[in-house]
Formats: sequence, C-alpha cells, structure tokens
Amino acid sequence: MKYKVKAFGVTKDILGGKEAVVELEGQTVAALRNQLFQKHPALQGLRSLLIAVNNTYAEDNQVISESDEIALIPPVSGG
Amino acid sequence: MKLSTDEVKRYSRHLVLQEFGLENQLKLKKSKVLVVGAGGLGSPALLYLAAAGIGTIGIADFDRVDVSNLQRQVLFDINAVGRNKAQAAKERLSLLNPEINFEIYTEKLTSLNALAIVQQYDVVLDGTDNFPTRYLMNDACVLANKPLVYGSILRFEGQVAVFNYRKTDGSYSANYRDLFASPPDPASVPNCEQAGVLGVLPGMIGSMQASEVIKVITGLGEPLYDKLLLFDSLSMQQTIIGLPRGNSRNSIQKLIDYDEFCGLSLGANKNDMKEVTVQELKELIDSKADFQLIDVREPHEFDICNLEGELIPQAEIPSNVDRISKDKKVVIHCRSGARSGNMVQWLEKNHGFTNLYNLKGGILAWAREIDPTMPSY
Repeated sequence: MKYKVKAFGVTKDILGGKEAVVELEGQTVAALRNQLFQKHPALQGLRSLLIAVNNTYAEDNQVISESDEIALIPPVSGG
Repeated sequence: MKLSTDEVKRYSRHLVLQEFGLENQLKLKKSKVLVVGAGGLGSPALLYLAAAGIGTIGIADFDRVDVSNLQRQVLFDINAVGRNKAQAAKERLSLLNPEINFEIYTEKLTSLNALAIVQQYDVVLDGTDNFPTRYLMNDACVLANKPLVYGSILRFEGQVAVFNYRKTDGSYSANYRDLFASPPDPASVPNCEQAGVLGVLPGMIGSMQASEVIKVITGLGEPLYDKLLLFDSLSMQQTIIGLPRGNSRNSIQKLIDYDEFCGLSLGANKNDMKEVTVQELKELIDSKADFQLIDVREPHEFDICNLEGELIPQAEIPSNVDRISKDKKVVIHCRSGARSGNMVQWLEKNHGFTNLYNLKGGILAWAREIDPTMPSY
C-alpha cells in the first residue's frame, strides 16, 4: 500500500519535503508510524508525533486507506 | 458594572457591532486575562487585548528586550531595549488604554508560583517560547480549571488551540498533553532563535489567540476547542485537526519539575559534559592536532560564518551517528553552545560517546574572542 503523507513543521525537514509517499504492508497508523521511524530515525526524537487522518487525530490502531489524507504534526515551542 | 462615558466612546465600534454590544463589552471589562510571555505572540495579543478593554491583564515575562526582538515583537521600540519585557509592555499598553489594570510578573514562572498566579485569572494565553513552560502552563491551567489559549510558531508555520475549555456539558476539552504526551528530545525541535521565524507570523498567530480569548470570555462564535489549527503563511493554508476528548486530565495531579521532564536538567550529566574554550580550540587547530570538528547548525547559518567544521545539522545527527568519530577528540559546536551541548548529551546518553567536547560559547565566542572580523548573528 502507498500512503500519501503531508508534513508540518520540523517533519518537513526530516522527510525532505512537504509531502512524502510511504510504502508499507500494514494498514494501521501504528504500522505507518513504525515505518516512518525506521526510515527517518530523527522522527523518534520528537517522542510525541501527532498523526491526523482526514483532519482528525488518529489513534495507533486506526485503519488507514490509500485515499486518506494523512498529516504529521510535530510539537512546536516558538513564541 | 457600567461603562463610563469615555469607555462608551472608546469601545463604540464594539458597541455598534450588533452581535457584540454592551453586554459583551462589560464581560471583557469584568474579565482577567494572564498573558505568559510578552514576546512574538504576546506582543500582538497584548496590544489587541488591551485595546479591546479586558479589565485586568497580567503580563508574565522575566526576560529583557533585545534588539533582535524588534523584528517581530511590535510592542517594543528602541527605547525598551535592555528593559524587562513585562514592565516595558505595561508602560506601552497603559498609553494605549489607561482604563486597564495591569499586573506584572517579572520573575520566572515555575512549579512553585505558577498555580497561585493562574488561579487569579479567568483565561490564560500561552505565548511562551519553550517546552518546559508550555507543559507548566498546561498543567497549571488543568489544575486550576482555566481555559488556555495556546499558540506556537516556527519559521513560517503556527499552531493555535483552546485547551481545557469548559464545555456546556461541564466536561473539559482536550489539553496540550492529549496532543503531545511526552516532550520532544531537547535537540529534536529547534526554537525560533535557532531556526528563525518570519517576523509577521507571530503577528498573525498572536492575533488569532487574542480573538480566541475574546470568544472564550464573551461566548461569541465557536472557540477553537477540541481542535488544533495549523497555519502556513507561505501557502496561506489553514488546516483544522479535530482532537480527541482528552483523557490526560486525570494524570495531571500536581506541578512537577518541567526542566527535568523535558530533559533539560540532566543534573550531574550536565556538569560532567566536557567543554573546550575557543582559545583551546584555536590551539588544536594551530597545532594541527588530530581531532574532528562538527558544526550542528543549519546550512544557511554555515554560509554566514563557519570554522570549516563538518556540517551535520542537529536534526540529522540521529541518522548520521556513524560519521562521528569514537576514537579521537571530537569538538561539537553551534552558534552559542546550546544546541551543541544538547547534542553532546544526547550522543553520550544514547550512543555511549565519551570523546565529545562542547565548544563553550559557540561560534559567537570565537567571533568575539578570536576573530573579530567574523560576522555575528
């Protein structure tokens, strides 16, 4: 399965662009997260990485499909 | 409570605004809002909240105005440089609206004083610039049952949300910990000093926060609770993410040590971190010693000035650990020594390095003490 992922904030630097395509076997948010962590170890340093599916916060066990809009939202501290 | 003749004149555009009216103006006058951080976000937020006629505004900031703040912190001018921000803000805002009662807090908010301060207000606006204070304000607002209007910025993007909002059914909306349960490793998310910020961006995000504060107080419209707004000034795209009903609330029982929670005070570790001064580094270079020099700044900072070190921006360190030598002296530097210090500690803790030295004072110290022709930024 190929999932299109939109990156926000510092995840843009880590993924190397605003959007990335992630290929993986699994169909859950957890599988996607693991795949991203393996491919981009720097994401693990964020510790809390919010993943939204179709503009809604997604739990790890949520099933995703290729047509879903997936977003990676990192914590931001600047003020 | 009534409005004086002067106040009727001052707030006339609110009073003639049909949905707003006298009733809501009086709600603002009765309200107390605490703004934590009088910086990029706090500047526009304070200006608009003072202009709007909030009865009491608390301003918490222990920092001093620096020339580099003026690019975005529109509350201040050159006369404020070097002065405490809360004090300078109060004086500026008193000229804008003398009707308002200002309380200032020039000491740092900590686990010891935050709750007592937050309890005196109706709404808190988070304009802070670091993770420990963000978690502190979140937890203090949860414990005190106060709504927290959150905003944060970096580069060209911002986030806004209303946390811990009491809904009509009596339950509370999601809070910061429902989004980000654990703080990031200190080195993994840059701040504005490191990665920069478009000066006008906090103007936009801070104004959105002020607008949310007014909505929370008056009940107008739909406050941004159980939602996170993401704003990108480059594309002008705004995305609103729906958040879950929070369940982190029960885990917040008391205020904790937030520096420790965010991995910033590693106690003995930090004191144990090995350092070299710029003079010692110069000796290493001049004597052609066999050592590795790593620069963890960003490529565009490297272009401004550099020490011909190997460039590995901090975000790329975790995936480039194998490029760092384990069998000779390694000096790591950044602009001021903060980022590189974090990287030294992270590498020691996670990869067992024992040969790393942080350059004390960073390239700024080099420019000051070794090479005055080098540009400082």
